[in-house]
Amino acid sequence: MKIGIVVFPGSNCDHDCAYVFKDVLGQSVEMIWHKATLLAGLDAIVLPGGFSYGDYLRTGAIARFSPVMGAVRAFAEKGGLVIGICNGFQILLEAGLLPGVMLRNTSLNFICKDVYVKVENAATRFTHCCESGRVLRIPIAHADGNYYTDPVTLGGIKANAQVIFRYCTADGKVTPAANPNGSLDNIAGIMNADGNVLGMMPHPERSAESVLGNEDGRLIFLSMLSAFGTSEIQAGLVGA
Amino acid sequence: MKAFVVTPVLLEQHKLSEEEYKKILSILGREPNWTELGMFSAMWSEHCSYKSSRIHLKKLPTTGPRVVQGPGENAGAVDIGDGLCAVFKMESHNHPSFIEPYQGAATGVGGILRDIFTMGARPIALLNSLRFGGLDSPNTRHLLKGVVAGIAGYGNCMGVPTVGGEIVFNDIYALNPLVNVFCLGIAKKDKLFLGKAAGVGNPVIYFGSKTGRDGIHGATMASDSFDEQAAQKRPTVQVGDPFTEKLLLEACLELMSGDCLVGIQDMGAAGLTSSACEMASREGTGIELELADVPRREPGMTPYEIMLSESQERMLMVAKAGREDEVISVCRKWDLDVAVIGRVTDTGKVVLKENGQVVAEIPAKALADDAPRYDRPSAPPAYQEMLQALNYDALPDVKDANVALLALLDSPTIASKRWIYEQYDHMVRTNTMVRPGSDAAVLRVKGTKKALALSVDCNGRYCLLNPYEGAKIAIAECARNLACAGAEPIGVTDCLNFGNPQRPEVMWQFVLAVEGLKDACEALQVPIVSGNVSLYNETNDLSIYPTPMIGMVGLIEEAERTVTQWFQHPGDVILLLGKTREDLGGTEYLKVLHHREQGSPPFLNLQDEQAVQACAIRLIRAGVVQSAHDCSDGGFAVALAECCISGPKEPVGAMVQLPLNGLRRDALLFGESQSRILLSVKPEQAEAVLSQILDAGVPAAKIGAVGGSRLVIHVEGDRPTEGCTVDLDLNVLRDRWASAIPRALGQD
Repeated sequence: MKIGIVVFPGSNCDHDCAYVFKDVLGQSVEMIWHKATLLAGLDAIVLPGGFSYGDYLRTGAIARFSPVMGAVRAFAEKGGLVIGICNGFQILLEAGLLPGVMLRNTSLNFICKDVYVKVENAATRFTHCCESGRVLRIPIAHADGNYYTDPVTLGGIKANAQVIFRYCTADGKVTPAANPNGSLDNIAGIMNADGNVLGMMPHPERSAESVLGNEDGRLIFLSMLSAFGTSEIQAGLVGA
Repeated sequence: MKAFVVTPVLLEQHKLSEEEYKKILSILGREPNWTELGMFSAMWSEHCSYKSSRIHLKKLPTTGPRVVQGPGENAGAVDIGDGLCAVFKMESHNHPSFIEPYQGAATGVGGILRDIFTMGARPIALLNSLRFGGLDSPNTRHLLKGVVAGIAGYGNCMGVPTVGGEIVFNDIYALNPLVNVFCLGIAKKDKLFLGKAAGVGNPVIYFGSKTGRDGIHGATMASDSFDEQAAQKRPTVQVGDPFTEKLLLEACLELMSGDCLVGIQDMGAAGLTSSACEMASREGTGIELELADVPRREPGMTPYEIMLSESQERMLMVAKAGREDEVISVCRKWDLDVAVIGRVTDTGKVVLKENGQVVAEIPAKALADDAPRYDRPSAPPAYQEMLQALNYDALPDVKDANVALLALLDSPTIASKRWIYEQYDHMVRTNTMVRPGSDAAVLRVKGTKKALALSVDCNGRYCLLNPYEGAKIAIAECARNLACAGAEPIGVTDCLNFGNPQRPEVMWQFVLAVEGLKDACEALQVPIVSGNVSLYNETNDLSIYPTPMIGMVGLIEEAERTVTQWFQHPGDVILLLGKTREDLGGTEYLKVLHHREQGSPPFLNLQDEQAVQACAIRLIRAGVVQSAHDCSDGGFAVALAECCISGPKEPVGAMVQLPLNGLRRDALLFGESQSRILLSVKPEQAEAVLSQILDAGVPAAKIGAVGGSRLVIHVEGDRPTEGCTVDLDLNVLRDRWASAIPRALGQD
């Protein structure tokens, strides 16, 4: 599988995503400069975390105008797999590839810690290696992860099973106390209606290796690989 | 140029003494002009020249088989094998952080990051050492929130994890907080870049942000004491832009991956002045600059302002002649300003021109190396004997150890620092194996089997009571933190925070502390490869406690063998290595429970320390240790409580028994005897491990076991009717410890 990882000015999880796909899962990786306008030969695109354009103005608000975003949109419209993690999620929202916006965390602080998320929909190309309801421990690291949208849109994405991850307790209860940032309905990750664009605030690339004490995030990448017929065993051998 | 007369008032504004001015006259053979006077003022400031400290710093051990780069460059470098080296340094940003906490701390992070990537290393870890007044002061709460947000704002945006640190709250720092930042990067050993202006005729290239009127005379400000007027110095604090610095980092590393670069240095304190004269001075060359070509933020800036601006996120580079276009195209790719502003010459002088007219001409070496060096008088303070005198007989022994333990866990200095480190991205770059909250942070080194352990430490109170012993302990404890992760110490950086060196008692503290650092480093065989001195830390004539902050780097050969401080499994046996003595002087216990900061700091024998550490490292590497934690602030009882409650999972209890051995009960529980480590081991291995420890000549005892929902400490002589000395529910312990700082900030 060939993964394209977009590098915006200020992206800082680009290397981490590349490391997981290449060194841990043995896939081929291409770093894509934000000024690129043509994307060829890719199976999936990652919009990584970081502070694109310094988060100035509003998270993701400037990056959405980067030349590469036209190509990302075209790739997504043709059904290509796109995953936006943290700042990547924020950019997808600003670009209108996913519905809703991000507000400041209710604490007003940047928060970096492990959280638990519940897999609300395991029948997707990003989650099918998990069973439905599975609780994953994955770190968050953001100041603007407080997801918000209007009631109609919320009703729509819920009805359409586009809410993929919700913040929960270790035993899978979706409670206000388990919500780290004030996110609407404890939403941690959503998908588009076509099921090929995912945005999530937690960082699965930070929890994909045993040496870091946690491999839960790996399930998301393995799901993406097996959607392309790369078997888990094949992928698992490399980084084990 | 308008008529310019050097007056005593002008010299005072530039913090130059009459003697120093005479020296300038003899170097130049004429009177300096306005620009030249400003350049001398900045470069000869205490901050840039180390004029009061240099003769003493020479005593420090700086060599060793692993040392690739010692002091004198932007950062030190130590060989870690696999063709790699660890590049690291620690720096202070105390004064700016007091004037403007967010930007002061943020630009402190920015400055130390540049020092590391200037060397060709990709920064992979930040740590910080902070000192504040008591949290009951609204101003301290404002400073703490601002500093933490500033460190977070800059480091998080850069994508460099802040993986650890330490913080102490003491009223002595209320009007002079300390913000010391440590950074470590990894570089290929054969691809280190130095700040050298080599090759006559080579172009001198400026890149990064534009130069503005901010931070002019920051270095001079940082070399002055404070009074009520400190807030008026706010314009001397620079404003950071971490986004530009991130671009600068990537552009630098991209340039360094090629072969067009000759030398490079960041523009930190004293801006373009220091980078130009230091690069030329190191290589014995000269530099000629055309100031009209310097990218500027606003028109009408004078040569004086351009040369002394401390605008952030700027670099000066010497490239190979004819390769200018490559440099320019990389900088443009990253949307950075870039301009060829001069050439390397063979004159040995820094020559500045403005539209072709010479506006300043000074020998580079005179600015960079020929600042006066002072052997300032030193004498012990009149109060020293009173500080050390502590009549233990007048101190009642602890009555209720439960109350005392909870009070210590509630002390912000000891309490959980989660409120702070959760604001820092401590995982980005996916190397963090041990997150903040254990004795040392541990990061794997990608592409190898190795890991690095990092720790920062200093007990300023010990250093006040005995600067020599206090400094020794700072080194010993930092190394012990690393040992508890199974890491062998391989290099030290220091950040020496002291008061006004023109006071003999401050110099006395400084000289003794340097002696202590020297002796401890020699005994533990670890070299000091970089560092920073911050003097004039006093406000309204009150000096801070002498605070020689230590950052230490340790190497773990097999990453997966590392352990953390928290207990792992019920049933594991707890061993205490080292000897407990009657060490109550200078303890957190005395301060919290008896409101005294007195006595002699704990006794430290460096040979015993070395033996304990070597033993712990050997056992951890052999894979027979489940957890390891050093006993420090708050003594044995606090360390044991931390083993129970500080882990990421549910707390786990412990039950131990201690012999009194003729000690006071408070000394046994809360005394801060050095060279002690708490280990937990599997029960079936306990006897074998214990005998190995004893065979190594290290005192040790089996004191109890992990398990249960309470922390129970029996002391020999406890009467059954009165219960145990310590007997507390884990949730009570953890709540008190975890909520102390948010509660003090009114955010629980």
